[in-house]
Amino acid sequence: MSPLYARRWRNFKANRRAFWSLWIFAVLFGLSLFAELIANDKPLLVSHNGEWFVPVAKFYPETAFGGDFQTEADYRAPEVQCLIVSGGSVDCFDDPVAAAQGDGWMLWPPIPYSYDTINNLGRAAPSPPDANHLLGTDDTARDVLARVIYGFRLSVGFALIVTFLTSIMGVAAGAVQGYFGGLTDLIFQRIIELWGSTPTLYIIIIVAAIWQMNFWLLVGLTVLFGWTALVGVVRAEFLRARNFEYVRAARALGVGDGKIMWRHVLPNAMVATLTMLPFIITGAIASLATLDFLGFGLPSSAPSLGELTLQAKQNLQAPWLAFTAFFAFAIMLSLLVFIFEGVRDAFDPRKTFK
Amino acid sequence: MSVLEVTDLNIRFRQDGATHHAVRGVSFSVGKGETVALVGESGSGKSVTALSTVSLLPDSAEVAGSIRYDGAEMVGASEAALRKVRGNDISFIFQEPMTSLNPLHTIERQLAESITLHQGLKGAAARARVLDLLNKVGIRDAESRLGAYPHQLSGGQRQRVMIAMALANGPELLIADEPTTALDVTIQAQILDLLADLKAREGLSMLFITHDLNVVRRIADRVCVMQNGVIVEQGAAAQVFANPQHPYTQKLLAAEPSGGPEPLADAPEILRTEKLRVWFPVHGGLLRRVTGHVKAVNEASISIRAGETLGVVGESGSGKTTLALAVLRLIASEGPVVFMGRDVQGLRARATRGMRADMQVVFQDPYGSLSPRMTVEQIIAEGLGVHQIDPSRNRREMVAEIMAEVGLDPAAMGRYPHEFSGGQRQRIAIARAMILRPKLVVLDEPTSALDMTVQVQIVELLRGLQRKHGLAYLFISHDLRVVRALSHRIMVMRNGDVVEAGDAAEVFANPQSDYTRALLAAAFQGVE
Repeated sequence: MSPLYARRWRNFKANRRAFWSLWIFAVLFGLSLFAELIANDKPLLVSHNGEWFVPVAKFYPETAFGGDFQTEADYRAPEVQCLIVSGGSVDCFDDPVAAAQGDGWMLWPPIPYSYDTINNLGRAAPSPPDANHLLGTDDTARDVLARVIYGFRLSVGFALIVTFLTSIMGVAAGAVQGYFGGLTDLIFQRIIELWGSTPTLYIIIIVAAIWQMNFWLLVGLTVLFGWTALVGVVRAEFLRARNFEYVRAARALGVGDGKIMWRHVLPNAMVATLTMLPFIITGAIASLATLDFLGFGLPSSAPSLGELTLQAKQNLQAPWLAFTAFFAFAIMLSLLVFIFEGVRDAFDPRKTFK
Repeated sequence: MSVLEVTDLNIRFRQDGATHHAVRGVSFSVGKGETVALVGESGSGKSVTALSTVSLLPDSAEVAGSIRYDGAEMVGASEAALRKVRGNDISFIFQEPMTSLNPLHTIERQLAESITLHQGLKGAAARARVLDLLNKVGIRDAESRLGAYPHQLSGGQRQRVMIAMALANGPELLIADEPTTALDVTIQAQILDLLADLKAREGLSMLFITHDLNVVRRIADRVCVMQNGVIVEQGAAAQVFANPQHPYTQKLLAAEPSGGPEPLADAPEILRTEKLRVWFPVHGGLLRRVTGHVKAVNEASISIRAGETLGVVGESGSGKTTLALAVLRLIASEGPVVFMGRDVQGLRARATRGMRADMQVVFQDPYGSLSPRMTVEQIIAEGLGVHQIDPSRNRREMVAEIMAEVGLDPAAMGRYPHEFSGGQRQRIAIARAMILRPKLVVLDEPTSALDMTVQVQIVELLRGLQRKHGLAYLFISHDLRVVRALSHRIMVMRNGDVVEAGDAAEVFANPQSDYTRALLAAAFQGVE
């Protein structure tokens, strides 16, 4: 690590709020990457007739446990549970509770529901929090906690992918405009103005009407209309830096334009880009939530925080939905803002840290 | 009785847990109506000392000791007490007149603001006071200048406005931090005269911070010489100049680029231009037609032979840097540029790449011309990646060799530019140019940003390299003393036109145009 980065890392660590936010966020996001092992309606491990099964990772038909169907075993059904424990006893189809005797067992994840598991509550959904559903259930009787864990992963993943792609496109476009200037700049700027004034929401509604919306289509659309956010800043940095003496010196050395942009000018533009990043990330999370809230986003089976918010609005008698959605957003966005605030300060050469 | 009394001042800067002791045990005083000069090279702590008098240092500074203004202690004084003193009793003039003025306000507004704040004058009364001030600092036709914005004024005029601002509230003490450094020599002389005149008329005390001993000689009553945060010598100006006691003072006084260029044998011509023009079109009217041209360089014909130095002299805005960029084909120009027998004018960028190795450049600002995120090795070797120079040899070895040649320790090649001093950085820039073994080197004010003692070393280095490799130099400078030490021939430029050109000795001994005479007078005044 170069001394410059060593100093920046030191400065970042000196900002305790940002440092702890980074840790908390890293742990939360790291855990959510393994959401299938934390919240799932399939057991992690099954022992049946002395054989081991890994349902969380592998498909087993019900017939594998002595059942009747070729479809995947429904591990939450009492009959299937009885078959596994008892080693395939036929009594299970008559009285699964009494017949569940044997040396088979199932290891469940801490939250035995997935985001799309529809539970048989025995009462009206949404149901308030209880011992089985720590954050209650939503209006289709799905466990809210499981949905939040998957929704967090989806939101952050969406934001990171969108930010990465928009940054690459925005930096590349801004770099070309700023570095070459003149007519290139003029034409590009007009194109961007036209592009930026396209009503994004209408396009998305139209696209949603033609195709079934999915994650990657939504990423594509967001990037398509989001890349202009960075162009202005990067273009300004390149316009400024192209007249720096070390850029002139490189041109006098005969270094090619591409190399000059990459090696000499881009590092300068990175700091400006970094200051914009938190806005892009939080903006991406917000736009995904907005689309889901309006019903133009992902299908309603997908674990989406925006969809949870919509349910909260429709079910004001179930405040646990609203509180969960609010705190999920508040904690996620605050952590991200704190982290990037620290990053930006650490990159600011004028800032002194005692 | 003294106006400002500094006793045992210590200033430390803390960053990343490391402490930098910038000023150590400095004591001096400024008497009523007296001008005291703080002299030293960059990094000696002179500006920090001045800023600490009214607590203008950043938060990372720790100030210990005593600073008394009119008997009142300033170290640890409340912000309210300091604000009353700042701009009222103690005024500042800074080095850079462009950035010290707000570009969005007229000069009347900027001057009136402080007058209204401290004196309560409004409307016509404030306006009258502003006019009075502008007349006092010698701005001609002051009434018509009231509505002007800073960019409409020249550098000298801007500095006059800054002085008017500093005088607005009738201060007792004026602290001037390198007030003439950014100005041309002829303007410098005028500003110094103005300050001396104001001091005599208003009875001002002045604390004058500068690195330029000629300025000190002209204006100071007493001198404090600073080195590495310590005052090594202080005394009456005449006495210090006539009989310097401390070796550092002696070294400073002796630091003057001296000697002349190497005598020249008959050699082939490397570069020739004929009536080179760089005109920037001015668009006007509804249809953006070209209504005129800014003639940045007008009909410049130059010729440089191998081993020869052509000195291009002129004040800011004279077009000398533009000429250099045009010769390097970094900006568009008209008229033939014959480089090593080939007209390179109008060649496409790709076609010029081959000639870049033979034609190199060293820029003025050693801080700006090195990419801060690359190591010295990467910087120096960058050109090797483009041109095939001894491809059989190890690049690291070549970098080490050239570093040794320009007087740098090759062991430092893994470090970054910010770890080097200004003089060392300029050596890095020279090494980057020299590693390609060029035939022509364009030197654009290579010594202007450096301290005097370092300037002398760089001039020596350039002369040595020229002798060894038979280099042709196009040397651009506003500093006639450096030009005299290096140039065989001289060209004087003004507003894009070539005013005078000829043999260096001839031009210095017997200048033909009035402008050249004025330049020479301003540059060598106070020395002879």
